[in-house]
Amino acid sequence: MTALSALIRRDIRIALRVGGGALIGVLFFLTVVVLMPFAVGPDLALLSRLGPAILWLGALLASLLTLDRLFMADHDDGSLDLITMSRTPLELSCAAKALAHWLASGLPLIVATPVLGLLLNLDMVATGAVALTLLAGTPALTFTGMIGAALAVTLHRGGLLMAVLVLPLSIPVLIFGVAASQAVIVGPLTFGAPFSILCALSLVSLVIGPFAAAASLRHGLD
Amino acid sequence: MTLIDLANPTRFLALTARVLPWLAAATVILLTIGLYQASLAPDDYQQGATVKIMFIHVPNAWLSMFVWGVMSIASLGTLVWRHPLADVAAKAAAPIGAAFTFLALLTGSLWGRPMWGTYWEWDARLTSVLILFLMYLGLMALWRAVDDPSRAARAAAVLTLVGAINLPIIKFSVDWWNTLHQPASVMRMGGSALDKSFLIPLLVMAIAFTLLFLTLHLAAMRNEILRRRVRSLQMMQASRVAFSSEVGAGSRQETASKEAGAA
Repeated sequence: MTALSALIRRDIRIALRVGGGALIGVLFFLTVVVLMPFAVGPDLALLSRLGPAILWLGALLASLLTLDRLFMADHDDGSLDLITMSRTPLELSCAAKALAHWLASGLPLIVATPVLGLLLNLDMVATGAVALTLLAGTPALTFTGMIGAALAVTLHRGGLLMAVLVLPLSIPVLIFGVAASQAVIVGPLTFGAPFSILCALSLVSLVIGPFAAAASLRHGLD
Repeated sequence: MTLIDLANPTRFLALTARVLPWLAAATVILLTIGLYQASLAPDDYQQGATVKIMFIHVPNAWLSMFVWGVMSIASLGTLVWRHPLADVAAKAAAPIGAAFTFLALLTGSLWGRPMWGTYWEWDARLTSVLILFLMYLGLMALWRAVDDPSRAARAAAVLTLVGAINLPIIKFSVDWWNTLHQPASVMRMGGSALDKSFLIPLLVMAIAFTLLFLTLHLAAMRNEILRRRVRSLQMMQASRVAFSSEVGAGSRQETASKEAGAA
């Protein structure tokens, strides 16, 4: 347990320091959301209708962008080999790393959501709904994305290949995240049903992600 | 003859060379019978003649999932049993599966236009099959991104097994969500909802398409084995050339130093 908490603390500390790049994700999120009014026009009614979708897309892309930091730096300086060989099960270490990654780069996205909601003309309830769905959904993005990050690090290929592998897996999260937030704003549907499915997706990816990533690291690293 | 006997690629090549013509012939015969029966099948009382798209669409859709299932078993073979031909099987199946999935989507949208009034609808079944298609493409990109086949095989195996989660979602999407795509009507509790005049040609076509997949898959596996042999021969040749030029450079240097000494 102490080994895992040490790993989490170390990863968060590295991510928050100079060169860690955790807050670049937030900056990217902000930039994507600011780009949207230029693309669709500054029509406030339209923006408030598209708001949840824009926020979700921005969060998805921002979390995808920061994913290759999950294993790449550790692989470069050799600490990934130490983690692989240590007595702690690799699945648990992967889960701890993903948790640290989510705390450092996923949580800031959710904190930034209310500010961005103002820019998109979302009211209080809608912003709260989007923030809540992001809180429930972004762990799924991180934990499924971890599989892609582990594959990419064993293949020495990052970037586009990882995006191609991870994005199809994140489509269900996007569907139910946007559906739940739209349900609060306009929809005839209730908020509960898509939100529960979103939570279920997060829980399933919490189980599958570490095992798949650990398998890929164990078979792929030489 | 067990599965492990086929671990020798030469034995596999010899066996498939004997089996392939029979498989191809059976595929052609069954496809002919199936298409003939399908053309004789009566028109639907609501859909008219467009119901005949079903005889192409449904086997393609079945195969799109069946191929991913085959790839998942092959991936287990790669990761767990370390069968030498498992990654060849997985790699050869991916483009074929992608083609079946694409045809299922294409025929489905051609059928949807007259029946639903739209080529595409974002309902659960269509979306999940589209995700399957994207994952086939991602898997093929993964195979192409890495030059070492055994390394690519293990990465692709992990991704295939993760993607297998999508299969039950596709199968039950029409039951879980109340969507435009019709619910399961052939394989369901309480017997098929299809009339015999439709069901029999459909089953013949399904078997014919499965045989078609087996034929194409075995042929693609043979090609993949031969491609790997060519690759290793080329690498041997390249290393031999490099080695001989190294030796040649060494001897030239030797003669040069001798000449220098003589001078």
